[in-house]
Amino acid sequence: MTSLVRFRLKRPVAVLACVAASLLAVTAHAEDITGAGSTFVYPILSKWSNSYHTKTGNQVNYQSIGSGGGIAQIKAATVTFGASDMPMKPADLKAAGLGQFPIVIGGVVPVVNLAGIKPGQLIFSGPVLAEIYLGKITKWNDPGIAALNTGVALPDSKIAVVHRSDGSGTTFNWVNYLSKQSPQWKTQVGEGTSVNWPTGVGGKGNEGVAAYVNQIRGSIGYVELAYAIQNKMSYAGMRNKAGAVVQPTPASFQAAATSADWTSEPDFYQVITDAPGKDSWPIAATTFVIMYREPKDAAHAKAAFEFFKWALEGGQSDAQSLDYIPLPSALTQQIEAYWGKTFASK
Amino acid sequence: MSYSPALPLEGPSPVEGRERRDQRNDRWFRLGVMSCALFVLLALLGAALSMLWGAREAFGTFGWHFIWSSDWDPVQRKFGALVPIYGTLVTAAIAMIMAVPVSFGIAIFLTEIAPSWLRGSVSAAVELLAGIPSIIYGMWGLFVFVPFMASYVSPWLDEHVGPLPIIGKLFQGPPIGLGMLSAGIVLGIMVIPFIASVMREVFLTVPVQLKESAYAVGNTTWEVVWDVVLPYTRSAVVGGIFLGLGRALGETMAVTFVLGNAHLLSASLLEPGNSIAATIANEFTEADSSIYLSSLIALGFLLFVVTFIVLAIARLMLNRLARREGAST
Repeated sequence: MTSLVRFRLKRPVAVLACVAASLLAVTAHAEDITGAGSTFVYPILSKWSNSYHTKTGNQVNYQSIGSGGGIAQIKAATVTFGASDMPMKPADLKAAGLGQFPIVIGGVVPVVNLAGIKPGQLIFSGPVLAEIYLGKITKWNDPGIAALNTGVALPDSKIAVVHRSDGSGTTFNWVNYLSKQSPQWKTQVGEGTSVNWPTGVGGKGNEGVAAYVNQIRGSIGYVELAYAIQNKMSYAGMRNKAGAVVQPTPASFQAAATSADWTSEPDFYQVITDAPGKDSWPIAATTFVIMYREPKDAAHAKAAFEFFKWALEGGQSDAQSLDYIPLPSALTQQIEAYWGKTFASK
Repeated sequence: MSYSPALPLEGPSPVEGRERRDQRNDRWFRLGVMSCALFVLLALLGAALSMLWGAREAFGTFGWHFIWSSDWDPVQRKFGALVPIYGTLVTAAIAMIMAVPVSFGIAIFLTEIAPSWLRGSVSAAVELLAGIPSIIYGMWGLFVFVPFMASYVSPWLDEHVGPLPIIGKLFQGPPIGLGMLSAGIVLGIMVIPFIASVMREVFLTVPVQLKESAYAVGNTTWEVVWDVVLPYTRSAVVGGIFLGLGRALGETMAVTFVLGNAHLLSASLLEPGNSIAATIANEFTEADSSIYLSSLIALGFLLFVVTFIVLAIARLMLNRLARREGAST
């Protein structure tokens, strides 16, 4: 009996030892880069980390816990980088010894569930969206909506408003845009990763909002473009700051990114909603990476910079395939210049 | 184990040594089981105190107002627990209104009426229902039950029950399918197995002689159940109901999916609401100010208090029932 047990035990122990040894061997070569934050950037970061791992052997572990969580984690110095869809104020960055730079740009789109309405057919404007989300426009055939959509048959039914129930960078960009468009929204609701919604139901995550909008007839919600496309939802076009009607496409997101003046504020502190230019999508969103200026663990920070350099220069085609927008080349140069000035470990 | 044939012969005498050893073992045993019980008390106390500690900022800032306020504004940093508390109590109440009669029916059917070949399979099905993870109930609720409510039940209620006086207020609302009624019903389905299996177990403990005598003097099945089985098992049945209620109060995932997660106070059951557990699950990761985080922990503490009050009321009711029983016999 005992000999049998011993015999059985021996092999797993040996296997474990082998596994442990090989793990040690790998970690001895590679630098593990850890990050946490924005869920918006998760699909592209996991794709990048996959490609980067096969190329260099370095592993990027990214936890998509949400933008607020990312900021909290980097402040607690438990990760090498944090990622947030809401930029930190330059003063706050300075106080915490942090720096930030954009890594990828995407867009938030309004989605509707209305019988017979095809993707891109409906047009909204910022003030109309604000009134809908304030609960002041309650019917689909409201004159405000009808004026933007001449020739579209709008039903005499109630609008069911869908928003995020969890705090989110997507929400931040959405309400930031509504605040810029509606003084009442600005004073009554304001902006943040979660707000006191005057009306509507809350879905958890982009997928929750997508599910609710798909379930509820006559609903309107907001998601990232990728979710709208994957779930075959009826997204809507927007009238932008220049008064032109634009559709949510990579080109219009790109136009918003290019038209924004990234150098006007330190630390790229810029929310590119309501961007100028007649081709710009008005609700474009940026994800920022936040890191320590003088990290305690310089080796990991250096590895992270190598990863981001590779991502900015070589990984942007991956971004396009996932409906993100490559950063404009001028911006990429500004970011690399910023690295040299700001971060000790670069 | 202690039945070893080679009893050592050292010490005063084998019998005395044995006695001392038994005493010592007994002492260890008592200590062991007592520490098990104390562990629960300690864990409970630790959880309550640590939540109270985490909530001190919220309670300190808002005071008692926190409990009565329906504010929930992360931008202005004003928080109040009224909407989540209300949603938690209302959904749990709907769940119990639905689950108690159904569970009672299941238990009566399984113990009194069902042919023996059916009992096993139906009991197994009921217990399987208890093993389904709550996220599955949530998904089912969202993708199957909510559309059903939205296209058939809600419009009908809004049209036919909505105009009625008093009760109508409860059933007016947009046909979105999400809301407190849907959440309550899904919760009800979730707690049925807990209540039903407790009821079934205790109904089986009723002595056959009692039931057979009642049948022999001409009672119907309903009379036997109501006048013999239920009085005999009353305290255990109430215990089972409160086990289910405790679960309904604290359920998170399934409720999050179908409740609508809106911080709005509304009399209508067709309107979306929020519950304590759902609010915490939704907002904890992104709570970006310390007062926000503290308010969420305060919500957790209030859930603890609400559950405690509900269970205390249950205890009180049981005691009163027991006293009345004693007086009548």
